[in-house]
Amino acid sequence: MKRVTIDPITRLEGHGKIEIFLNEEGEVANAYLQIPELRGFEQFCVGRPAEEMPRITNRICGVCPEAHHMAGTKALDALFHVEPTSVAKKIREVLYSAFYVTDHTVHFYALGGPDFVLGPDAPPAERNILGVVHKVGLEIGSQVIECRMRNHHVIQMLGGRGIHPVAGLPGGWSKAVSEEERQEIEEIARKNVEFGLFSLQLFNDVVLSNQDYVDLIVSDGYTHRIYSMGTVDENNHVNFYDGMIRVVDPEGAEFAKYHPSEYPNHIAERVEPYSYLKFPYLKNVGWKGFEDGMESGIYSATPLSRLNAADGMATPKAQEAYEKLYETLGSEKVNGNYTPVHHQLATHWARLVELLYSAERMLELITDPEITDPNVRAPITETPDEGVGSVEAPRGTLTHHYWTDENGILTKVNLVVGTTNNNAPISLSIKKAAKAVIKKGEEINNGMLNMIEMAFRSYDPCMSCATHSLPGQMPLVVTIHDAEGNVVERVSRHVD
Amino acid sequence: MSEKPKLAMYWASSCGGCEISVLNIGDKILTVDAVFDLAFFPCIADFKVSDVEGYPDGYIDVCLFNGAIRNSENEEMAHLLREKSKVLVAYGSCAYEGCIPALSNLTTAEATFNAVYHDNPSIENSEGVRPQLVSQVPEGELTLPAFYNTVKSLDQVVPVDYYIPGCPPEPPQIWAVLEAVVAALTEGAELPPPGSVVGAGTVAVCEECPLEKNVKTIKRFYRPYEITPEPGICLLEQGLICMGPATVSGCGALCPQVGMGCRGCYGPLPGVEDQGAKMLSAIASVVDVGEPNEEEDELEHKIAEAMETLADPAGTFYRFSMAHSLLRRIKANGGGVQQASS
Amino acid sequence: MSEKFEPVIVGFLCNWCSYRAADLAGTARIKYAPNMRPIRVMCTARIEPQFVLKALREGADGVLIAGCHPGECHYVEGNIKALRRFTLLKQMLRQFGVEEERVQIVWASASEGTVLAAAVDRMTEQVRALGPLRWKETVLSGNGHVEAVAVTEAEEV
Repeated sequence: MKRVTIDPITRLEGHGKIEIFLNEEGEVANAYLQIPELRGFEQFCVGRPAEEMPRITNRICGVCPEAHHMAGTKALDALFHVEPTSVAKKIREVLYSAFYVTDHTVHFYALGGPDFVLGPDAPPAERNILGVVHKVGLEIGSQVIECRMRNHHVIQMLGGRGIHPVAGLPGGWSKAVSEEERQEIEEIARKNVEFGLFSLQLFNDVVLSNQDYVDLIVSDGYTHRIYSMGTVDENNHVNFYDGMIRVVDPEGAEFAKYHPSEYPNHIAERVEPYSYLKFPYLKNVGWKGFEDGMESGIYSATPLSRLNAADGMATPKAQEAYEKLYETLGSEKVNGNYTPVHHQLATHWARLVELLYSAERMLELITDPEITDPNVRAPITETPDEGVGSVEAPRGTLTHHYWTDENGILTKVNLVVGTTNNNAPISLSIKKAAKAVIKKGEEINNGMLNMIEMAFRSYDPCMSCATHSLPGQMPLVVTIHDAEGNVVERVSRHVD
Repeated sequence: MSEKPKLAMYWASSCGGCEISVLNIGDKILTVDAVFDLAFFPCIADFKVSDVEGYPDGYIDVCLFNGAIRNSENEEMAHLLREKSKVLVAYGSCAYEGCIPALSNLTTAEATFNAVYHDNPSIENSEGVRPQLVSQVPEGELTLPAFYNTVKSLDQVVPVDYYIPGCPPEPPQIWAVLEAVVAALTEGAELPPPGSVVGAGTVAVCEECPLEKNVKTIKRFYRPYEITPEPGICLLEQGLICMGPATVSGCGALCPQVGMGCRGCYGPLPGVEDQGAKMLSAIASVVDVGEPNEEEDELEHKIAEAMETLADPAGTFYRFSMAHSLLRRIKANGGGVQQASS
Repeated sequence: MSEKFEPVIVGFLCNWCSYRAADLAGTARIKYAPNMRPIRVMCTARIEPQFVLKALREGADGVLIAGCHPGECHYVEGNIKALRRFTLLKQMLRQFGVEEERVQIVWASASEGTVLAAAVDRMTEQVRALGPLRWKETVLSGNGHVEAVAVTEAEEV
């Protein structure tokens, strides 16, 4: 069988290759996403002091270290049975909001965006952030750079360093916010809101006003009807820092809502021998193969799925943008809430809605009178044993689970990372896109291969995150195929 | 193709922080864009491995290689990029000395795979399925790289021209290095001798640190959550581990300034082979426990007790430098698995 | 018949006490295990942990550090500093899988030739029982072979 290889996949975080098999007619028989990387955090963190985890797990990903730092810090709160001080939680969320602004900016403008600004089949040498700057002009390029710089500055101010922050502690944060810092951050938050609105306008001008792109977004090749996961606050609004995990089915009905520590009751994982990355799915629906639909346990955890899983946004401008997204893409209101959007390329749009929300949320928190309170640490009085901490990483729900001895030295670690959640839907997406793009009889060119890569880019994958390790305690199903692809044996643990 | 010098940035077993650090030089990225053409930079550009294989040797003027060598793909890319690059830079702590991924040298590949597929009490996997170097799917064969037992630094697989330390390197340092490279390419300015560590200072982090330092007389160590340090005073003096004395300057002592001790990510001072051993030596000397006139057994006992308050010495002293350490990894019995214990 | 394993023990002896004790053991014709290779330092405080690690890595099966008794150090408390360093070093070596008996610290004054000789004899037998360390050959060249083909050993550097 003829094969086409994309190696490596680019404009994402991490390593991967796509192998496409073509039958004799030249049609796509199958496409496989292989992740060749693995580092083993859950194994080598055993023996380390638990309080070092926010600083160690930072290095699972240098694009989203703040997510790991925050999930780790929250896991420490749970581990030491300590409630962080009110101001500490707010400081954490300010940093987290600044992080979301800069991270979503990077993805839209440098990773996924170039496909839209320059066109999917622009020459590869131009199809990148530098090409974007050359095309849309230095003015916009400078705004993007400025946005990133000012937010990394906030991260450094609050967290110690701009990349790999260090200030997370069980029960709080290692430093308070001075009034001078507060004023500086407030100004930055206001600029962020402007930038969020600007980016949505840019998306409107460059993408939504271009009928070819709109057709692409709503085309079947990039559409899957799958379950959506996200974290929501008590009003079922999107929240990145804290809340309950909510899953809605492809039609939008709530399928599950659970506290993050209950994740083992809801998620199971498969292993395939061709990838170091495992495939989570909803345990209570079951694995039916790389298919979409109500019967398939495949779910996604992306900005789009977060918006799908929630009933709305917690801040006004973001709520407006949210409504526009759903209205434009033909979603209906059922029981007062929009039905999910399943056009995966719309994730780029959802990402910008989230960017705006983060900016507004940052402004809310930094103008809270409590934010300069010096009481940033609660004392530790309990013996540590086990704790789970969860946040929404930009790329999906992120959970850290630690077990320690009575001295707080780790005995076991489990990590469920953002992009891992999306391994199955990404595989689904690239296969569907490959079939839509590679037509019988047509020669395969670079632009077509890029359009297949676009199918994964909307998920903003972070393969370094996903391949930290192979988690331990979760339910596992392992399927063994013979050479003809028949299932020989299926072994499982913790799966009913 | 233009005559501009070619720049590449590649990630081996890395986290992507080094790529972000380059983007964090702010608008100076536009100067980089003006001077260089990209030749390979998977994070932000669409060049593929096949493009690199097609380049003539030495086509890439500067390659910033970050990430440790964890698997066979990382090693192959190191060899490929060495061939195709005039100047190969070990960029960031992973490529320089192993960094966090090299903590895996305190365990084994077998233990890593075992924990997931076998020894976990709730797994039923008598067939022993694991990711395979070669696997069969209905349509054909798929391959994966081999996962090494020991994580290596870049210079342990190919000759390296320069090192830029840091996890990740801090933007002012990155720009200083790039500026020097730009000057060398456009004005013929001289570069430092090959094998140099660039983008860092020559003294210890303590020299950059604004906290007040006095004579250190620690009776015991504290875990970061056990005490709140007094602001403005050296953390080590208060019993909080800080790797400052054994770490080279260049970062601006950022971590101590928010009350969190340095963990050594910029690597050792010039001329030091084993950063962790240096730190161990420095820190032990300041534990003010034990007097010359004390009885021998009592002395040994008191000192042992004080040292035990330092949790996880191996993982602390070698947090970033394990691949360059003298012992390099744990000794695990052949055939069996020895878990690192603290 | 297989050859008996002869441990290589690197000894760091301080100029004022333990090295003189070794000299004394020599002039007094005390018979003791020849396995210790003595290196003279002015004080045990001179010994950096790097020396010990390097010795273990480069082929030593054990390292002996011998100094003046606490209270008798020529430089007042050099030996106390050494004791602090090596206490911590031994805690760390445990994590690397290096057995307790391979790195030892003993006190022997200039007149205690017999004490030093006995320490060397004792340590030699302890290390003999543990077997060769051969760090470079076994640890750095790969140890423990994993069945699954996805894993392979790092090559020696």
